[in-house]
Amino acid sequence: MSKTQVATCINGDTHEFLCDTHQTLLDVLRHELDLTGSKEGCATGDCGACSVMLDDRLVCACLVLGVEVDGKEIETIEGMSSGSGLHAIQQKFIDLAALQCGICTPGVLVATKALLTKNKNPSEEEVRFWLAGNLCRCTGYDKIVRAVLEVAADMRNA
Amino acid sequence: MEYVTPKSASEASQALSQEGAFALAGGTDLLVKLKTRFVSPSVVVDIKHIPNIMTIKQSAEGWWIGAATPCAEIVEHDSLSKNWPGVVEALSLIGSTQIQGRATLGGNLCNASPAADSIPALIAAGATCVISGQTKEREEPVEKIVTAPGMTTLGKGEFIIGFKLPIPKNRSGDAYLRLIPRSEMDIAVVGAGVSLSLSEDGKIEAIRVALGAIAPTQVLLSGLEDIFIGKEPNDDAIQKLVSLAEKACKPINDKRGTIEYRTKIAGVLAKRAFGIALKRANNY
Ligand SMILES: Cc1cc2nc3c(=O)[nH]c(=O)nc-3n(C[C@H](O)[C@H](O)[C@H](O)COP(=O)(O)OP(=O)(O)OC[C@H]3O[C@@H](n4cnc5c(N)ncnc54)[C@H](O)[C@@H]3O)c2cc1C
Ligand code: FES
Ligand code: FES
Repeated sequence: MSKTQVATCINGDTHEFLCDTHQTLLDVLRHELDLTGSKEGCATGDCGACSVMLDDRLVCACLVLGVEVDGKEIETIEGMSSGSGLHAIQQKFIDLAALQCGICTPGVLVATKALLTKNKNPSEEEVRFWLAGNLCRCTGYDKIVRAVLEVAADMRNA
Repeated sequence: MEYVTPKSASEASQALSQEGAFALAGGTDLLVKLKTRFVSPSVVVDIKHIPNIMTIKQSAEGWWIGAATPCAEIVEHDSLSKNWPGVVEALSLIGSTQIQGRATLGGNLCNASPAADSIPALIAAGATCVISGQTKEREEPVEKIVTAPGMTTLGKGEFIIGFKLPIPKNRSGDAYLRLIPRSEMDIAVVGAGVSLSLSEDGKIEAIRVALGAIAPTQVLLSGLEDIFIGKEPNDDAIQKLVSLAEKACKPINDKRGTIEYRTKIAGVLAKRAFGIALKRANNY
């Protein structure tokens, strides 16, 4: 079957790729573009390990078709740190040991950044609701929630 | 599988009239079904490039909510949320933040799940949907769309382009409640939507109650007029509402709830949603 040509902007860089219509954005990121930071936990929208920003909205990359993103802007975990170092959210997760195996972490970080862009001072309840679509089998969530609240406070005071 | 992005409603209808064509809005149901091979479309028609299908507008006639507008965008709309808090809270319950970024009202309705959260609230609110077809456009009340799980009254080439809601009169209110086993990310055991308006002297002028997940399709309760219209709501009337809600139940037994439990909860949620809608009407 012939493939579709797709042009998109990922983490500020233009990417062009050929895509089968049945490939998801997650398939494309991981298998065509070697951006393997976004993880596949479930492939059905339940776990959030594949969280990316699509035109400034948090979405599951596993529930977006690759062909849909033509002309769109995507941000993935690979775009979070700057050349000089980790993003404050990433550093805080390390400092507070808010990750263990790390499979959920890219998705949690992308979702956290999206939350803190919208809401600089979320309550614990707001953090828990916002991240309800990011499943973690290791941490029990407590350290994740604490890291988000702490980094939010740091970022407000910065 | 072919993928097309029609730029007009008529182009979309044309594409959708092909054998094996499926509309794609947010994809949060369709992609799951694609992966599980529950469906295997010959052509996927991405309807998001059609004018007005992703816009929210208010005019003298009322509200327009484009059928492919992501829920996250609807939830952020302050004046719509003030006018129809029940509808907005219902659709805000769909999935997670990530799902909200993509899920749409058109998809929630046309996926036709008995447990779909937006449908009871839309029915209670008296919402209609505008349906685009190959030859004509038609408008139907939301309760006329779903006929059975996964089945709708949409014909070949037809799709929903948007939803219409009136501007609520003074002293109106609506509410939606659902029960799920977890506090997030689960499927309704029961959902209940209530919309009502009051006269100046506090009597009920209009009321609509719709239930979800208690039968193969959403149920708009009948028989409410005799109980409520022209009267001030009292405990006796509310008890009758509970009985009507329980009687409307033809639920299934499953891991989320037994028939008995669902029936009981339907009454409880109808009563509580009524209470919230009434309070909102008194403050609106
Ligand atoms: C993790 C997860 C959690 C979820 N939680 C909930 C929940 O709590 N409550 C709930 O109600 N649902 C839930 N859902 C289901 C789903 O997210 C909703 O039903 C959503 O509203 C579907 O909208 P969509 O735009 O993504 O639909 P799509 O997947 O794009 O489409 C769904 C179906 O409707 C058809 N369709 C779409 N738009 C139109 C249109 N305008 N006209 C005609 N046909 C159309 C498609 O062809 C397809 O058959 C969940 C799904 C996931 C993956
Ligand atoms: S892999 Fe996308 S939500 Fe789990
Ligand atoms: S750290 Fe292992 S899943 Fe979250």
